[in-house]
Amino acid sequence: MIEKINRKRQKKEKIPRVAMPEQDPEKRNKNFNEVTLGYTEGNALREASRCLQCKNPECIGGCPVEIDIKGFIKLIQEKKFNEALEKIRERNSLPAICGRVCPQEDQCEKVCILGIKDDPVAIGRLERYVADRELKRKAEGVKECAWSEVTKQCAREKIAIIGSGPGGLTCGSELAKLGYRVTVFEALHESGGVLVYGIPEFRLPKEIVKREIDYVKSLGVKIEVNMVIGKILTIDDLFKEGFRAIFISTGAGLPYFMGIPGENLNGVYSANEYLTRSNLMKAYKFPRCDTPIIRGDKVAVVGGGNVAMDSARVAKRLGAKHVYLIYRRSEEEMPARNEEIEHAREEGIEFKLMASPVEIIGKDGWVHKIMCIKMKLGEPDDSGRRRPVPLEGSEFNIVVDAVIMAIGQGPNPLLTSTIPRLELTRWGNIKADLVTGKTNVEGVFAGGDIVTGAATVILAMGAGKNAARAIDEYIRTGIW
Amino acid sequence: MYKIVKKEKLAEDIDRFYIKAPLIARKVKAGQFVIIRINEDGERIPLTIAGYNRSNGIISIVSMKVGKTTALLSSLKEGDSILDVVGPLGNASEIENFGRVICVGGGVGVAPIFPIARELKKTGNYIISIIGARSKDLLILKEEMEDTSDELYICSDDGSIGYHGFVSDFLKEYLEKNLTGNAYKRKDKRITRIIAIGPALMMASVAGVTRPFNIKTIVSLNSIMVDGTGMCGACRVEVGGKTKFVCVNGPEFDGHQVNFGLLLSRQKIYCDQEKECMDIYEHKCRLDK
Repeated sequence: MIEKINRKRQKKEKIPRVAMPEQDPEKRNKNFNEVTLGYTEGNALREASRCLQCKNPECIGGCPVEIDIKGFIKLIQEKKFNEALEKIRERNSLPAICGRVCPQEDQCEKVCILGIKDDPVAIGRLERYVADRELKRKAEGVKECAWSEVTKQCAREKIAIIGSGPGGLTCGSELAKLGYRVTVFEALHESGGVLVYGIPEFRLPKEIVKREIDYVKSLGVKIEVNMVIGKILTIDDLFKEGFRAIFISTGAGLPYFMGIPGENLNGVYSANEYLTRSNLMKAYKFPRCDTPIIRGDKVAVVGGGNVAMDSARVAKRLGAKHVYLIYRRSEEEMPARNEEIEHAREEGIEFKLMASPVEIIGKDGWVHKIMCIKMKLGEPDDSGRRRPVPLEGSEFNIVVDAVIMAIGQGPNPLLTSTIPRLELTRWGNIKADLVTGKTNVEGVFAGGDIVTGAATVILAMGAGKNAARAIDEYIRTGIW
Repeated sequence: MYKIVKKEKLAEDIDRFYIKAPLIARKVKAGQFVIIRINEDGERIPLTIAGYNRSNGIISIVSMKVGKTTALLSSLKEGDSILDVVGPLGNASEIENFGRVICVGGGVGVAPIFPIARELKKTGNYIISIIGARSKDLLILKEEMEDTSDELYICSDDGSIGYHGFVSDFLKEYLEKNLTGNAYKRKDKRITRIIAIGPALMMASVAGVTRPFNIKTIVSLNSIMVDGTGMCGACRVEVGGKTKFVCVNGPEFDGHQVNFGLLLSRQKIYCDQEKECMDIYEHKCRLDK
């Protein structure tokens, strides 16, 4: 009898959300290995068992690419890991990436029913687990999957995609699955866009990106690197070469500076440059790799988004004793993910909140100090966040030897300036239908950061997916 | 992979590479550049295109051995390949019939000035070229420049060939002789444009020389770059008090507006690292031998 009661109690006992194993902060802030280590099989099964398998699951609606979350978690519960992965891939070709960098707390996990009284199911961690498991298994080489056979047999119309970031790769794989012949053009020497030049190794290992891209290629998608469209080929050249539709997903590749004195001093970087040197060019391996980067003792990073966190954590790993993160509002208003803010803090990043740089002071052409002014929060602005107002006479200096500007990126005009008939917003973003990606130029679709302004990997993927549907419809019906 | 179909030694440590790159050859215009990366661990460096042949799909670049990447490039032979060649990048030179144009090329800067001079000549300009090098042995593309110029003047820092002095010194004398006093009144002698390409210091001197004469002076800036598509801002310079990106706003700018001090300073950002890299490379080369 007592046993029975105990068993009943045990059954009712809540399983807490399974924590993600991580590298120790004091160790990891000195290396570029991945911070989070990933679930073990045991972790994954335990976490999956928390899922209530709701009759009307909210999570799916929270996902920009509508992954059948309930379905894949059920398959994990049944230990059918390969099937679980296939279930995800029906909707998402880059699960190992999304499992790592999606802001799940604002999407699927935000609406998880468990989250009302308890912590939501760790959907992202589970997604990552099944994807990593497969990647580990396939590490020896990618076998052609069944999809590419479909592609070869159909050999349908040629579609061009400009930019091989998350939006372009997603659009490409969706179209390939429908039998189209897809070519993705990439300006840099490596495909992946922000996944390879922007997000650091310790948050998204490049080996993972490479394998996910190999999967996309296995679907029959052709990727051509070193192709700066607008220069080597124009949009019209592509149409002439027989591409029936073009999807522009060139991202947010224009760094913003503050326009304050001293920004051109040696030692001042845009976050784009700093991260590109470190990630794409592997400057953290200098002199084993040839691209140099300044390893400051004291580094200031300006901004409060994910890019600022990434830059600060790279600076720390490059050996900086002090990394100051200067942000003009309070921590609450920071646009970065909570997880990134926490990780940065654990790794010893020093937050200088409610402060904004007014001048960078140099010495012999090099950064010497950054002068900041203290801010207070005033009335809310258009974004709903309280507008920071400078406190007169509150200037103070921080001695630094490098400054990284991570205050945002805009749309890069290199391609759009070569298509005069393409309508842009006054900020230079492409005007495109947010559902179909259609622009004002027939046959030209656009999506991701080039349309929305700097956002997230998954939103670009959602745009790529929607555009793929619209492109398919356009090709089938010929109706614009 | 981009194959080197031919390699020519132009001078000690200066080579011309002919590279198979049909798509680039089809689109490139004088004044544009490519970014190359030699191997997996290599850095990306910009090199101005020195020539192109649209029909056989070959472009040429001229490189002088100054650091590890250019040393690696110089170690490549005919038949070898360069891992990445991206282009054509930057804006093309303004080519129209300006009238009388002076083309000034210093050191390896003669290589990029050559296709510009050639195009300007084709468009009907009267081309006066002033080219120079440290010494006779380092002077490149003399014959090519002779063929495309109506007047050609040669300078050397050590006096081993032509005028003894810098190209900017010669230019100053030339302008004074031809554009002051009675000569200036002669319309047919009027210089409408000067294009100068070479080391930053040389371009700064040329701009200094031409400013009092108020002649439009175009310079092609050679700043440090990474992507070459306006994404990183490594190449930023100050022109007319405004920040510009050499890769997408240039590489050519009005020389009278350029802050050369900033350009020179920014070119030296990685001096120490470049030296470290080169030392390791040379040490390794010696061990290999």
